[in-house]
Formats: sequence, structure tokens, C-alpha cells
Amino acid sequence: MDALLHQVLAGLATGGIYASLALALVMIYQATHLVNFAQGELAMFATYFAWSLVNAGVPYWPAFLLTVIFAFVLGVVIERVIIRPVENAPVLAVVVVFIALLVILNSVTGWIFSYTIKTFPSPFPVEPIFGKYMSAHEAGAIGVTLVVLLLLYAFFRFTPLGLAMRAAAQNPDSARLVGIRVGWMLALGWGLAAAIGGIAGMMVAPIVYLDPNMMGGVLLYAFAAALVGGVDNPGGAVLGGFMVGVLENVLGAFVIGNELKLAVALVLIIGVLVVKPSGFFGKVFVTRV
Amino acid sequence: MSRRQLILNALLLLAACALPLVVSDYRVFQFNLVLVYAIALLGLNLLTGYNGQISLGHGAFYAIGAYCAAILMDKYGVPYWATLPVAGAVCLLAGFLFGLPALRLEGLYLALATFALGVSLPALLKYHHLEKWTGGVQGIVIAKPDPPFGLPINSDQWLYYFTLAVAIVMFVLAWNLLRGRVGRALVAIRDNHIATEAMGVNNAMFKSLAFGVSAMYTGVAGALGAIAIQYVAPDSFNIFLSIVFLVGIVIGGLASISGAIYGALFIQFVPNIADDISKAAPWAIFGIFLLGFVYVMPMGIAGAVRMGLARLQRKAQNK
Amino acid sequence: MKLAPIAAMLAVALASPAAFAQKKYDPGANDKEIRVGNTNPYSGPASAYGTIGKAIGAYWKMVNEQGGINGRKVVWISYDDGYSPPKTVEMVRKLVEQDQVLMVFQTLGTPPNTAIQKYMNMKKVPQSFVATGATKWNDPRNFPWTIGWQPNYQTEGRIYAQHILQNNPKAKIGILYQNDDYGKDYLKGMKDGLGDKVSMIVKEVSFEVTDPTVDSQIVQLQASGADTFFNITTPKFAAQAIRKAYDTGWKPTHYLNNVSTSIASVLKPAGFEKSVGLISTQYLKDPADEQWKDDASIKAWRAFMAKYYPEGNLADGSNVYGYTVAQTLHQVLKQSGDNLTRANVMKKAAALKGYRAETMLPGIRITTDAGDFAPIESVQLIRFDGQQWKRFGQIMGK
Repeated sequence: MDALLHQVLAGLATGGIYASLALALVMIYQATHLVNFAQGELAMFATYFAWSLVNAGVPYWPAFLLTVIFAFVLGVVIERVIIRPVENAPVLAVVVVFIALLVILNSVTGWIFSYTIKTFPSPFPVEPIFGKYMSAHEAGAIGVTLVVLLLLYAFFRFTPLGLAMRAAAQNPDSARLVGIRVGWMLALGWGLAAAIGGIAGMMVAPIVYLDPNMMGGVLLYAFAAALVGGVDNPGGAVLGGFMVGVLENVLGAFVIGNELKLAVALVLIIGVLVVKPSGFFGKVFVTRV
Repeated sequence: MSRRQLILNALLLLAACALPLVVSDYRVFQFNLVLVYAIALLGLNLLTGYNGQISLGHGAFYAIGAYCAAILMDKYGVPYWATLPVAGAVCLLAGFLFGLPALRLEGLYLALATFALGVSLPALLKYHHLEKWTGGVQGIVIAKPDPPFGLPINSDQWLYYFTLAVAIVMFVLAWNLLRGRVGRALVAIRDNHIATEAMGVNNAMFKSLAFGVSAMYTGVAGALGAIAIQYVAPDSFNIFLSIVFLVGIVIGGLASISGAIYGALFIQFVPNIADDISKAAPWAIFGIFLLGFVYVMPMGIAGAVRMGLARLQRKAQNK
Repeated sequence: MKLAPIAAMLAVALASPAAFAQKKYDPGANDKEIRVGNTNPYSGPASAYGTIGKAIGAYWKMVNEQGGINGRKVVWISYDDGYSPPKTVEMVRKLVEQDQVLMVFQTLGTPPNTAIQKYMNMKKVPQSFVATGATKWNDPRNFPWTIGWQPNYQTEGRIYAQHILQNNPKAKIGILYQNDDYGKDYLKGMKDGLGDKVSMIVKEVSFEVTDPTVDSQIVQLQASGADTFFNITTPKFAAQAIRKAYDTGWKPTHYLNNVSTSIASVLKPAGFEKSVGLISTQYLKDPADEQWKDDASIKAWRAFMAKYYPEGNLADGSNVYGYTVAQTLHQVLKQSGDNLTRANVMKKAAALKGYRAETMLPGIRITTDAGDFAPIESVQLIRFDGQQWKRFGQIMGK
């Protein structure tokens, strides 16, 4: 029993990692109705920026803030320069562009920073809490994710800008008719998603250590989390992240063995997409023909 | 096919046949791989270019084909040429089965599902319950086939001609398929699946078949690749292989048979050139080429060639 | 007649070695140069190891500046294979058939080397001093052109097993291993070393390099009641495992595999206080270890790095590895003299008797012979005291 509890708690800790990246994925989806394969690499790149700042002597929280701003700007620039030309192109072109971004970011980071792992500082105290089941950082990271989630929720629900963004994503033509600058809404969405990704990266790096392939393993689980929770529902995505983390740990430890953990993500993704594409908490969209 | 196209193809064929006799063994080996990739890319193009179903996981079918060949040759002593139909059949089935749930997935979601397949496949290959057959992490080493009937060529050259023969057969089959009713249905489904459904075309059947046939092509390519390299291991078949295939069809030219050949040449030779420029850069160069082609040459090299030829033709006509 | 003694003298003079000082070359060697080929993962997930290829290249630069080997410059041709066996096959064929190298040296990784082993032996080109600890490279009867270098993983696993049997015969062993050739090789070594006491292993858990963390696995091992832990992980996961094993309060007797003993890349990220008591083996000096701060060989190495590989990381043990293994080949090529045939190079590689490079730990030497293609078979047990790796016990292995 104790072992099970321990695995569940460890699962919540890793689930927190998936949840934070899933939030960024959902953010992009809500703003653009696109699934961004390069989100993980974007987050990793922003984290390296933070690492460079910290390495140069900048204290943690100012570096954190600067990184969030940097990531935001990077997201906006990517949307305007790289994504814009393929906005109205067939889906394949968009997918190809995402994949291109993924490989470029990954290889450039490796080239600049090399592939040896680096430590990334944590703003939280070092001693483990919750007995020895979860470190203070892991608990803190979950907390940060929840705070970001609340901020996002408030932004979309209660601010006119958030409403405009949702409108621009859902129905760009009508949104233009009421005066919304759709192009800038998309850029804003990308900026926010990149910023959230940067925060996710900075929370994840102290746990898994910083290297260019840091987000590679996480990405698939984050996708599963976003799909399970509903790809247009931030709260669902976070919940999905925890579910995926716990499921993966418990199944891996007690049922199927550690070798098939990635297969769990595969099954989840395909299962959700085929059986309940809107996820557990998402809205169902019906397209009229 | 017009007479001019026929002549061009015949010349190309002649050049391909003469190749091993004039270049070194190492180059023959490289061009052998080009042919292998061309078949794989043709498979992916069938699905993604002609039928519009995005697959980021075709490396998985390549791997299944490769392992089929390796297991049959190593554990059951099956001769190398007999492994091809088996690899093809297994992948046809696997592709069809994967295509069934994929029917409900559109665009990005299908890309996501196939991406998941591509990422998780190496782990599946290493699964210890399958180790008896797959060799687990150690992989399987296979022997190189010798030229039959004591022909006066070496094994590299023989393998090249064998692969060339298979490639010709598969390309002709694909060409036949695509210019007939099936090809038109596939393209129509890609362009407007609601209209085709309304017209009475069985979307589901065509789409699943497209998946199956596409997987079969890539699986056969995988088997040929395994025989050429003489070694299969889970590390060889990760997500980057699937991404390389995607790069190949985008650069070569979507919905184009000749595009498969251009793409194969690109993915085989460009990394070597990139290596000379910078050790860490090959993937960055791939990425930049991808972006460049999407913006500037969305029809790929094949499209550019076609436009170029059309322009020449018009100039000649105007004279 | 007095001709006989003169004839005898002439015969002796003609038979003297000086008359036989001809030069013998295979493709890749001539009066001016020796071409040495290599593949390393400069891109892709294993590219942290690419620094080895760069360090070796820098070493040859230094050797060439100092006059070369027996007056010949070393031409170092190293290609990227991204740790992908098909790419390795292609690049090695290029090295042998197009670049016409004399030999291939330090190709990295077990799958890449497995992929080329048959080809190299068929072509009779040396596949020398491969950069992997897999046990299968020590097989001169079947693969006479392939030779390893570093202590192999199974030997190391057996040494830990011996240590456990000697010091804690009632131990309950938990093992975490990376699910690939390297992890499984270590696992086999430990199991072989335990012999009929293999039931001492109460839990073995694997992980994939795509897993974000190994925390779940550590929790599983703790729950199994194990009090001894054999940690078979590469640096990133080793740091995670060490940290988690400490944080959960498990604190087993902790054996760490040699691949992850780097103070800078593993123990520092994990936390020095969490690494106290770690037991491992070592055969090279760790450049980040304080005890070698003023050591002459490490100082020489640092000077080498500063001049020839300034962008290399001075805390990275891989750079000492590259430097040391290059010295080994340097010795072999020097001893080959003017007989630079592939067969002779292999012969000299298989005739190293007690050769030592000073960046190896005291007492470690290289010995090979016609039946022994495992150059380094001795290792030193070490224990981490919070600041340094302290050697204890005698040199184990051969």
C-alpha cells in the first residue's frame, strides 16, 4: 500500500511536468487551433536562455522574468515570420513547418551549448517535504503550474483581450468583421504559449537536468495529457497531466513493466483521439457540412 | 505517358543500369540506399501526397519491414529475396490496421497519432518478451547475399541490381494505380472528402487501403535496407527516421512519383555535405531546407522541374 | 681457402637487420602520412560523447606539430554517425573504400560497432580500440581485426558482485539498468559474478533514455526492500537516481557504474552530500577531482587542452579518455615503425605488455596478447567521501 502511495505521489510529481507543458500546448491550440510539435523545443530553448542569464550572474527571479519576456517575444516573432506565410496553406505545410522548427531549435541549441547536462537552479528550498515522497521543488512546480492555470483561466474568461483571442481562433472571418486584429491575436497566442512553455521548462529543468533533449521524452506525454483533458481546456490539460503521470508510474511499476511506458502514451493518444476526441473535459465541436 | 516521357525514362533506366559498372563499390552502396529510400518515399507519398493523410510515423513501417527480413533470414534461414513479399504483406496488414482507427482523425490529429507511433516504436522493439525474435537491444546481424548463378559481379553490385529491379516493379505498379480510378479517388478524397462521400465513393475503404499500400511500400523498402546494411537494431528506427522521410517527400515533391527519387537523393547525400560544413549542423540544415521549400518551392523539386519543362515547352511553342 | 671466413662475414652482414629495413605499406600509409579513420556521434542524442573524437583530433594535431610518428603525420578523418548504425556502416565504408584509411580507430557505441564488425573483418582493416565497454570485442579467434580498449562492463559488474559477496553476503540487491546493450552487459556481469547466489537480486528495474525521470524506478527499488543498489545509468539519469535515492531516505549501499563517475557531470548536479559513500571503479584520473590538482600528467593534459582543444570542457572526463586512448594508438603506431601494414598494426596492438599512460590511475596497465584482446582489464575500487574519489583495496581484475 505504501508502495502504491509512493508511486502515486511520484506520478503526481512527474505529472506536474507534463501538465505544465500541456498547458502551453493547449494555449497554442486555443489561440490558433493548431497542435505545435515544436512546443517542447521552444520551452527548452527558453530555459537555456535562462541558464545563460543565471550563469552570467543574474539572480534567479530577475532571470525568470527576463526569460518569460524573451520567450514571449520569441513566440510572437516566430508566429509573424515563420507561421504567417503558411497560415492559409494546407495542413501538411503547417506540420512540416512545425517539424522544421523542432529540428532547428534542437540542433542549434546543441551546437551552441553542447550536449553535456547542466544544472538549473530551483527557487524552492532544497529539503524534501511530504515526508520523503516529493521534493519541495516538485511541489513548488505544481504550485506554479496551478497559478499559471488560474491566470490563464481568468485571462480568457474575464478580459476582453482573452475573449478576442478565442473569437479569432474559433471564427477568424467573423472576428475580423467585428474589428478584431486576427493576425495580432494569433501572434499574441503564440507569445503567451511560448512564455508558458518557458515557465514549464524552468520548472522541469531542476528535476530532469538541462540538456537539449530534455523535452523530447516529455513531449509525447504532454500531448497525451492535453488530449486526455481536452485540447481546448487548460484545466483539463493540467488534470490530464496528473492523470498521465500517475497512470504511467502505476502501470509501469505494477502492471506492464517499465519498458512499455511510452506505449502507454501511444495508446492513450490513439485511444482518446478515436474514442473521445474532445477528451474528458473538452467541448465537442460539430462541423456542419 | 507521352513519347518524350517514355524516352526520358528509358534513358534514366539505362543510366541506372550502367551505374555500378562505372563507380566504386562504396558509391554503388550509396545508390543502393537511394533506391531503398525512393521506394519508402513513394510509399509515404502515396499516403500523404496523393491522399492527404499525414504520417509522421512511417519509420515504424520501415522498421517492421526491416525486422521481418532480419528475423526470417537469421532465425529461419529464409533466402533474402523471399523476405520481401512477407515484409510487404505484414506491413500491408499493419498499415491497414493502423489506418482503421486513423479514419476518424484529420490532419493534425493524424499527424499526432502517427508521431506517437514513431516515437514509441524503438521501445516496443526492445520489449524483452519479444527479445527471442528481435534480438532486443543487441539487434540482428545478417549475412550479405551473394550474386546467384556465379555472375561476374560482386555482392554490392548484385544487391544494387536486385533493388533496382524491385524498385522498377514497384514504381510501375504505383504509376498504374495512380493514373487509374484508384488514384483519382485518392486525390479527390484528399481535396474534398465531403464531396466524394456525397458522390458515393467509399472513403473509408480507400483511405484504409491507402494506408495499407503505403505501409507495404515502406515495409519492402525497410527489408531491402536491412539487407543492404546487414544489421537491424532498435536505435536505427527512431522518430528522426520518420522525420527524414517527411523531409524527403516535401523536398522531392508531394503527389509526384519522380519526387520520390529526388527526395531520396536529397536525404542520402545532403547530410554528408552538411557534415563537411559543420559537425553539429546537419539537422539544422534539414530544418532550414524544409522551411525554404515550404515557402518557396511547395511543389518540391519535382514541381520545379515540371514548371521548368513547361516553361521551356511554351517558349519553344511561341517561337 | 681463406674465402670461407670472408663469405661467412658477408653472409652475416647481409643477414643483419639493417638489410631488412624496408618500408612496408598498406593503403593509408606512406612515407609522409598515416591515415586514421573514425566515426563519432557529433549530432543526435549521444552527442555528449562527440567530445572524445574532438579530443583525439586535437591530440594528433599536437603530435603532428611535434614531428609526427616516426616522421609521418597523422591524418585524422572523423565522420558523424549520429549513433545510428546504418550511418556508421555508410561512413566506415567511405573511410575504407574512398578515403583509403590504414585503420579505423575508436568508433563509438556498441550498436554502431556491431554493425561494422563483420565488414571490417572481411576487409581485414583494423577496427581498433573501439569506444565501448561491451565484452564481445575480446574475441580474437572469430574477429581478429577487432580489439577493445576500456575495461569491459561485464568485468566491472563481476567486480561489484565479488565485493558484495565479500563484504555483505546477506545483501538484498536492487538493480536499475538502462534498457540497452550497455545496461544489459553490466547486468549480466553482476549476475555472473554472483553465480549461484544470484537470488540475492530482489528487484531489477529498467528504464529508457526517453523517460523524463527515473524517480518511479527508484521508488520501486526502495519498496522491494533492497539494501544494496547497483546503479547502471548514464550521467543524466545517474544524477537523478543518486538524488532520489537520498531524498526518499532509502540510503542503500550504492554501487555506481564507471560510465557515470564524473564529479562535474554527475555528482555535482546530484549533490555532493547526497553522493557520500558511492562505490565505483575507475581506471583514469578524473580531471575535476581535487586530489589530481597538482598531478603532473593532469597538468600536462590541461596544457594540451588549452593549446589544442580550448573549447573543450576541462571538467569532462571524456576529454581525458580521448587523450589517453590516443596515446595508446600513438604507442602502437610508433612500435610499428616502418612496417605500416594493417596486419602489423594489429600485431603490435596485440603485443602491448604493461604499457601505461600517466593519466591512468596508479597501478593500471595495458596488456594484450594473441588471445587477449582486452587491453585494460584492471580497475581500482573507489569510494566518494563528499569531495574526492578515494581509492581503496587493491587493483582488481588482471
